[in-house]
Amino acid sequence: MSDWQVKYKSSLKDRGTEGILKLREGILLFVPNDPTSDSKLKVLTPNIKSQKYTKEGSKKPAWLNLSNKQGDSHIFEFQNYQDMHACRALITKALAKCEEEQPKKPAAVLTSAEQLSIADLELRFKVLRENIELQRLHKEFVETKVLTEDEFWATRKKLLGKDSIRKSKQQVGLKSMMVSGIKPSTDGRTNRVTFNLTSEIIFQIFAEKPAVRQAFINYVPSKMTEKDFWTKYFRAEYLYSTKNTAVAAAEAAEDEELAVFLKPDEILAQEARQKIRRVDPTLDMEADQGDDYTHLMDHGIQRDGTMDVVEPQNGQFRRSLLQDLNRHAAVVLEGRNIDVDSENTRSVAEALARVKQVSKADGETTKDANQERLARMSRLAEMEDLQAPQNFPLAPLSIKDPRDYFESQQGNVVNEPRGAGTLKRNVHEAYGSLKESILEIRTKGLRDPLIKPEVAFEVFRSLTQTISTAKNIIGKNPRESFLDRLPKSTRDEVLHHWTSIQELLKHFWSSYPITTTYLHTKVGKLKDAMSNSYSQLEAMKESVQSELRHQLSLLVRPMQQALDAAFQHYDADLQRRTAKSARGSAGEANGSV
Amino acid sequence: MATVASKLYSDDVSLLVLLLDTNPLFWSNRSTTFSQFLSHVLAFLNAVLGLNQLNRVVVIATGYCSCDYIYDSSLTLSGNSESGRTGMPALFGSLLEKLEDFIVKDEELIKEQEHDERIASSLLSGSLSMALCYIQRVFRSGHLHPQPRILCLQGSPDGPEQYVAVMNSIFSAQRLMVPIDSCYIGTQNSAFLQQASYITGGVHHAPKQLDGLFQFLTTIFATDLHTRSFVQLPKPVGVDFRASCFCHKKTIDMGYVCSVCLSIFCEHHKKCSTCGSVFGQSKLDGASTVSDKKRKAPDS
Repeated sequence: MSDWQVKYKSSLKDRGTEGILKLREGILLFVPNDPTSDSKLKVLTPNIKSQKYTKEGSKKPAWLNLSNKQGDSHIFEFQNYQDMHACRALITKALAKCEEEQPKKPAAVLTSAEQLSIADLELRFKVLRENIELQRLHKEFVETKVLTEDEFWATRKKLLGKDSIRKSKQQVGLKSMMVSGIKPSTDGRTNRVTFNLTSEIIFQIFAEKPAVRQAFINYVPSKMTEKDFWTKYFRAEYLYSTKNTAVAAAEAAEDEELAVFLKPDEILAQEARQKIRRVDPTLDMEADQGDDYTHLMDHGIQRDGTMDVVEPQNGQFRRSLLQDLNRHAAVVLEGRNIDVDSENTRSVAEALARVKQVSKADGETTKDANQERLARMSRLAEMEDLQAPQNFPLAPLSIKDPRDYFESQQGNVVNEPRGAGTLKRNVHEAYGSLKESILEIRTKGLRDPLIKPEVAFEVFRSLTQTISTAKNIIGKNPRESFLDRLPKSTRDEVLHHWTSIQELLKHFWSSYPITTTYLHTKVGKLKDAMSNSYSQLEAMKESVQSELRHQLSLLVRPMQQALDAAFQHYDADLQRRTAKSARGSAGEANGSV
Repeated sequence: MATVASKLYSDDVSLLVLLLDTNPLFWSNRSTTFSQFLSHVLAFLNAVLGLNQLNRVVVIATGYCSCDYIYDSSLTLSGNSESGRTGMPALFGSLLEKLEDFIVKDEELIKEQEHDERIASSLLSGSLSMALCYIQRVFRSGHLHPQPRILCLQGSPDGPEQYVAVMNSIFSAQRLMVPIDSCYIGTQNSAFLQQASYITGGVHHAPKQLDGLFQFLTTIFATDLHTRSFVQLPKPVGVDFRASCFCHKKTIDMGYVCSVCLSIFCEHHKKCSTCGSVFGQSKLDGASTVSDKKRKAPDS
């Protein structure tokens, strides 16, 4: 029923107009009874933000208050609470369905080849939100379709990767509590014993008792249903718990499937034996056949703490606490090594069986492994003082000659050739004149006057000029950067151009050599973006004040040079390609003719 | 004694290490003679010593193939020893004597060496290293010491074979926070000195007229480090940052750089000579040959 008789109130004080509230596919429609009134209402379910309702016990009438995203609220008064709850339930269901559909929309925007998970998208948005510069770059390139999302993020994996490492799944281990051994609930009145079975319990049972797992695979669904199987299993458990071995033996004799559950686990025994065989003989431990824990009947403490004398012929129908605990502990330590949907019992069983097969295959000792073990045994068992001296092959120490480094610095020095003889003569003459100078100054003393006043004045003048012009060009503070003198907007623009040109050039140069059409189109788009940047730089240079223009052009010059180099390379490559294709087509034309 | 000394230690006490270029091949064909140059320099040293009682001056001569300490003002305390000579201030008698001895030794060294066909550059790297060693010793002498700086008076052109050593010294000076001032009196530009002053925060100037050298020196290079914070000194407009390649010692603008040790080469090498790392093939060159091969197949 999705039509209700309601009174629509736009606010609490409103008296309310009577009408019919209809809920259809995603739309809530209110049609007033009175055709002349104009309070018809149509609300789209995605727009509903929340709903509030009055409680049943209170004396208030059944009101449902819907508020939508714009902030308006609509109050509907229902005839009874049942209607109101029904309507509310339907609206909740519709809202839930809407919310499911919404996250699918951004996924549809992506191309089919790159399906991103919602978590990845969220991560990207988060990174963009935190880094404004990155956001600007993203806006400039990805939204104008110069670069695709993946190309943009391809070089920034480190930013994304850190978060994803944190979110990596942690493996959940097994419970150390023995859920498979929880006592059932007994109902004295109806004489029924109820066992609860969850997927966790099923997993534990299959992990701890391989015979049960094997029986499950064999019997279900061929011989009996799953329910029957579990009934039989729990009957066996019940029999164990009653400690009535005579009954157990009798029932085992009758029902062969039940007998499977009652006998000791043969598969387990086999595994234990194999493990003992594989123990490293160099381990200083006395291990023998009697040590596998499936045979620890001697200790005799039963599951519920009593100590009983075991009759030999029914000995197999008893299980001791120690056995169960040990087996459970072994399974818990192995951990959860399958990752399968636990709903399907059969698939769980099969997966566990597969894992066991694999581990068995790995553990089987091949001939080589045996040889290895024997060799290791002999090595460890040898006596040191009876051994021959061992000459191990020594790797020679390679210490580099430090002279290599210093001499390589002298290297092959290239110089203008000089006549050797003339050099010597020049040198001697030079030294001679130097010595004469020193002698001269020693005898004559310092020059008098040391410096002529005109010369000094000239020096002062030129220095003053140099310093004042430098101050105009460079700025008062010797360490001040030119960027600080620019107006803020220009400075930001220059810096942004710098990062965006770097990004473009990075993608441009990485696309060469062009091997696919995808790279070809990408390079074309990048080139257009780069010419755009170039013209923007030119415009910026014009726009700035005249005194800063020279410095700005010096600052901007490396960017323009890099762009020029990229353009040159593009043109050269294009020329080469057209030349080659022209040659190729000419060759083909010749060939075809 | 300590308190008296600390009272006298004002902010502007400085230790000036002067690196004097005594390369004969440079001085042999200059209009200004070495004696004129020396008189300017000696007067300048006098002026520096006169600025503050505790100022110290050390002179290191940079020869063609060797360097040596010529003068240390803290060691020569007695002024009477040279009063016999005429005309010369007594303070510098020992300086000149040691300079002469140094030049004689340098000459002998060059006779022993094979004909080193290199540019007539002086051993700047050697004298920079010696200066830095002296300054390091001063730093370790106690917490009351003058503020050191290095003044490099050079006329010879740069020797590219000294590039690595000079850069190492410059970086050590930067680390020690010792500014390297440079006064270049030669004809060409000296990239080493420009870079040195730029990196260490010193002053670089290349005076055009050498007969006013004294005025240049006292105006620009006599200012101590404390005063430089409020005195405007001339700055060069641009700095020549060219490096020289490690294999041929040529000055280059563009080249190959080893990504492990940052050594610079002018041409493609298989292996870095400094650190021994093997270089892969350049991506652009290799790929273009591959695409050429691919293209040729349909033609033929």
